[in-house]
This record gives sequence, C-alpha cells and structure tokens, in this order.
Amino acid sequence: MGEKILLAHGSGSKLSHDLISKVLAPPIMNPVLARMDDSAVLELSGRLAFTTDSYVVNPVFFPGGDIGRLAVCGTVNDLSMSGAKPICISLALIIEEGLDIDDLQRIMTSVKDTAAEAGVRIVTGDTKVVERGKADRLFINTSGIGLIEGGADISGSNARPGDKLILSGGIGEHGMAVMSRREGLRLSLPVTSDCAPLNHLVSSMLSASKNIHSLRDPTRGGLAATLNEFARQSDAGIMIEEDKIPVHDGVRGACELLGLDPLYIANEGKLIAAVAEADADKVLEAMQKNKYARQAAIIGEVTGEHRGRVVMKTGIGSSRIVDMPVGEILPRIC
Amino acid sequence: MKFIDEFRDPGLARRLADKIAQISTRPARLMEFCGGHTVAIMRNGIRQLLPSQIEMLSGPGCPVCVTANRDIDRAIALSLSPEAIITTFGDMLKVPGSYSSLQQARAAGGDIRIVYSTQDALQTARDNPGKPVIFLAVGFETTTPTVASAILQAERDKINNFYILCNLKMTPPAMRALLELGEVRLNGIICPGHVSTIIGTGPYQAYARDYGVACVVAGFEPVDILQAVEMLIKQIEEGTARVDIAYTRGVRPEGNIRAQELMRDVFDPIDACWRGIGDIPRSGFKLKDKYDRYDAALRFDIELPPVKEHAGCRCGEILRGVIRPCDCGLFGKACNPENPVGPCMVSSEGSCAAYYQYGVFNG
Repeated sequence: MGEKILLAHGSGSKLSHDLISKVLAPPIMNPVLARMDDSAVLELSGRLAFTTDSYVVNPVFFPGGDIGRLAVCGTVNDLSMSGAKPICISLALIIEEGLDIDDLQRIMTSVKDTAAEAGVRIVTGDTKVVERGKADRLFINTSGIGLIEGGADISGSNARPGDKLILSGGIGEHGMAVMSRREGLRLSLPVTSDCAPLNHLVSSMLSASKNIHSLRDPTRGGLAATLNEFARQSDAGIMIEEDKIPVHDGVRGACELLGLDPLYIANEGKLIAAVAEADADKVLEAMQKNKYARQAAIIGEVTGEHRGRVVMKTGIGSSRIVDMPVGEILPRIC
Repeated sequence: MKFIDEFRDPGLARRLADKIAQISTRPARLMEFCGGHTVAIMRNGIRQLLPSQIEMLSGPGCPVCVTANRDIDRAIALSLSPEAIITTFGDMLKVPGSYSSLQQARAAGGDIRIVYSTQDALQTARDNPGKPVIFLAVGFETTTPTVASAILQAERDKINNFYILCNLKMTPPAMRALLELGEVRLNGIICPGHVSTIIGTGPYQAYARDYGVACVVAGFEPVDILQAVEMLIKQIEEGTARVDIAYTRGVRPEGNIRAQELMRDVFDPIDACWRGIGDIPRSGFKLKDKYDRYDAALRFDIELPPVKEHAGCRCGEILRGVIRPCDCGLFGKACNPENPVGPCMVSSEGSCAAYYQYGVFNG
C-alpha cells in the first residue's frame, strides 16, 4: 500500500513543507510561484477578467480526465468565455485524510499538463487537510485572471435577433462519462469526458470575427441551461434544430437507457457562441480547424419571437419548448 | 442509432400524420394510459401533427403519481426509523406526502439511497448485513417481476435484512375503473408498451368488447405513437373496437409468460388505493403469505400521522383525464417542478411535469 495523506500533512509542520516541496510545487513551478511569498505579485495592465470556481467531482478520476484537469480547464474556460486571454490561476486543495499520495501526484501531473496546454501559470496556492469524512478525497478551488484585448465585449446579454448559434461539438460527454463511473450504475460506455481548455479555440474565433456577441461553456445544466440564460439575459428568443445538434452515439444510447436528455447533461470542453449572421461561416470555419471543435455546427439562431424562451424544432417537424433544467437529474422509474 | 432512428424518421412521421388527417372524418377522443407515452407525445410535439378533432388525453399511467399520500407517508416514516436504509428509484425522492418528502427526510438524517434496479437494492442489503434495507417497490407490471425475482434471490441466498414496502400496482383494473366511471367518453386507448410486453394483450380484450373502445398497444418513439393513432382512427372510422398491436417488436399477444409466472409465484392480488381514483379491487400486489417476512409494512410497526391532501391540487382529476394539467389553478404557479404540490409535477412521467417542461407550443 502506498503512502497516504495524514492530517499532519496540513499542519504547517515539516511534513507539510515536504508535501509542498516534493509533491505539489515541482510540477507547476514557475518564477512567480518560486518566491513562495504570501501572495503572487503580478505586473498587469488593461481590462482584466477575474473568476473563481470549485471542483468536487466524484469520482476524482473519470474516463477522459480527472479533477486536476477539470479544475484548470474550468477556470481557463470561464475566463475565455468573457473574451479574456487567461494569464494565471491559483490552485487551492482541500484534501481528505487518507488520500493516496500517488493519486495526488497523478492529479498534479495532470494540472501541470493542462496548464501547459492552455499556456497559463499557477502563481499561488494553498493546501488544507481535513479529517476523514469531512471531504470526499479531494476538493479543488481555482481562481483565474485574464486579459481582455482589443475591446472585446462578449456577454450573455449581447445576443441579437438574427445571430447564428454555433456549438463547438457533441454534447453530454462529460456528464455521461462521470455518471458511468458512479457507484451503483456500473455502465461501460464508449464515452470519455470532453474536458479541455478552450482558450486557443476562442482566440482563433476572436481573430476570425469582431462580431461574436455571446460565448458560454455549457457545463452543469447542459446546453439547455446555457441557451435559456442567453434568451433571458438578452431578452430574445432562441430557435434550435434537434437534427443539427451533434451527439455522440454512446451518449445518445446511455441517455435513452436512463431516460435522460443530452440537452441537460454537463459538458466541460464545449462552447456555444452567438455570432452575427454575416460572420457565422467564417467563425465556424476557424473553429473546425481546432482539435476541440472539429464537429462544430450551426445549430440555430436568435430570433425576435418568443422572447426569453428556447424552442426546438424536433426531428419529426414539430416544435417544443426547451426549459431550464430543474433540480437533480434523476433516472426514470420504469 | 439502430432500432431508434428508424422510429424517429421525419418522412415516415409526416406520411403517417398525413394518412391520419386523410382518414379522420369525425371527432375522436383517445387516451394514452402510460406516463411514458405522455412524455413522448409532449416531447415530440405529436399533437401538432394531428387534426384538431383528435383529442389526446393523458391517463393514470405514472406509478409514482398514483401512489396514495398514505403510502408515501409510510415510506417517509420508515425512512426516519434509526438503522434502516431506504432504497428507492430517484423519482420518489421529491414526491410530497402529507407533510414532507423523502428528500426532506434525507436532509433530516434518513439514510435514503437512490438505486437504479432492484438488484442494486438487494446488493445494498448484502453490503449492510447488520441493518434492515427496505426497497420502496413502486411500479406496474414492468417493475413487479424484477421485485419478485429479488425476493426469490433473497430467499435463496438467505439475505434476511432485505424488505420491500410494496406499492406495486396492476394496470388493467385501473383502465377498467376509468371506463366504468364514464367521466370521459373514450373512443380509443393507446395501451402501454412495456406493461404489455409483460402481460400481453389478453386483459384489454374486455375493454374493446364491453365498452366498445378501440385499443392499440404502442411503442415510445414518434413513429410508434403516430402508427398507433392511425390504427385507432381506422378502427373508430370503421366503427369497430378490437385490440391491435402497433409495437410488434416489443409485444406478443401472450406477453412474457416467465415474468407472469414469477409475479404469480411471489405475489397475490389485493385491493389498492389509487390517487384520484380511490380503492380499486384486486389492483395491487401483495407478497404471498410464505414471503411475508420480507414485507416492511408488517415487520416495522410505525405510527402514521393523519393523511392530509393538498388544498387546490387537482392531480386526481388529471390522472383520470377529466382535466388537463393547464386547467389546474396551481399549474405553473404555486405548483412547478421546483416546488411541486402534487406528484404529477414531480415524476419524470407525470403529466404535469411533461406539460410544464414541453408545454405552450404543444397547446
């Protein structure tokens, strides 16, 4: 049995210092972090975006990723969706006593790889250890700062009638990958999480067009929640077409089996954009060149009708409302 | 996806809708009994494809919705007994009983776990030998054989801490009760798909014969449902009433004999109380005497508070097809999926939840 995290690892003692200097810091080291002072000191100027998010995914390792990759991607993506270029992030760990140090090392390697891929530095951090049962293996919080260049004004309230809605790829993959590993549901699915940093994708989109009005990554609540947010914030109607929305066969199959709708299942590496009609094809083309958006597609448009509502044309030619998700997503009874 | 896409084919759906419009010359009132059908009809906007003289009503075919308040109260009371572990399908969690819900009981400390099958419930019992593990058995003939099988396994493997709180119900007596009440004059019934997979079409013959109601068993995809409607309208236009199967890939006239035997081996029929309909003779399942040691209601002596119905809630009339969800004064206002007043707004197969989620554009 490998070495495990003890309460003493969080006590500020030599053990804590060893954990930081041997396990946590080396993979993510950079000159700002290396000062090991109480705060990171940064030289920045311009319009800044600032965001924070906590990660409590269960299980911490899932097909296609782990909590470390998720924690970096989530914050990088939140910054990117404001049109900001992510510059640096913080990393705070709350560790449950008993976690395998090998697992922690794997997660830190994943943090390192993902941060390198996104081109962000981790400039400050914190570690706490809590008694067994007071956390579930590992919780992570990341905050991030990004720089908004070129006067970009991207917001969920900026979608306008006529805008095309572009989705970067298949929906529901993260949610189904995680759900398949949950206790009690032993599903073996050919689905892996789509967890990915989208900053390079966004950067190529912003280079292709100055007329990207809204951007968001549809995480919890899925595409349905994000489109409803656009509709409400922008006081516009949204019309999407069921047939145009890419869904991996494995996700579709699992959703059929469990009585779930992929529109409501979480993503961690997808974005939806509202783009002025004239620029839509240009943006779509730029997106499809990025490895995380090969399947990007125009799935619908913003309209002046049914304001505040999302309506979907079904495969058989009727239409229906796509409402906000409600409560926990529970499997059906029969 | 094979075996699904064929039944969502837009061209085929359109042709069926056209055919229905062509042959339909008079008003027809159809009821889908099954909650799964209600959801499929709303989700796919099937009503928009039908001529206005064809009226579609939703029936009492959601097992969570028809569970009486007293039975939900009993489940909640059991969940608060120390030591006991309650296992349940997720849909039951938010259903309001007289005073609270299982969700609230869980927050108050009840050990309530969501399972995806009766096998998971049985496994929970194996994993917790020192504690009673109670499975909330709610469902129709689709669920009942799996519960019967779990009881037989518990017997064989000598799992003596496994119990069920049995609220399993039979569909045919409820269909007959609705027809007998005569509040809504039906011309045709879309018979449940998965229930019929188990029980076959035998029980429906009497409805066609005694009440002159056309019956067609349907699957759950848009093309399945449109085909069933087309077959029903054809019967109605011809002035005949018989039982047909549109869902031939899932249902045989004789049903699943092995599953029927399992149900008969483990359960006896018993009178059961249905929300909105009341007591229906021999419409529920009760463990046979030789298995009554698995009956949580017998094993645990619990006191129940007096039953309280929710003022203004019209789930009962909705379940009987007398009114539509939007006719209820609470619908979408005091009662919504976040704060459900009645069970029809909670269950994923409840009419109110389906109308709320997919409504408006479906009229």
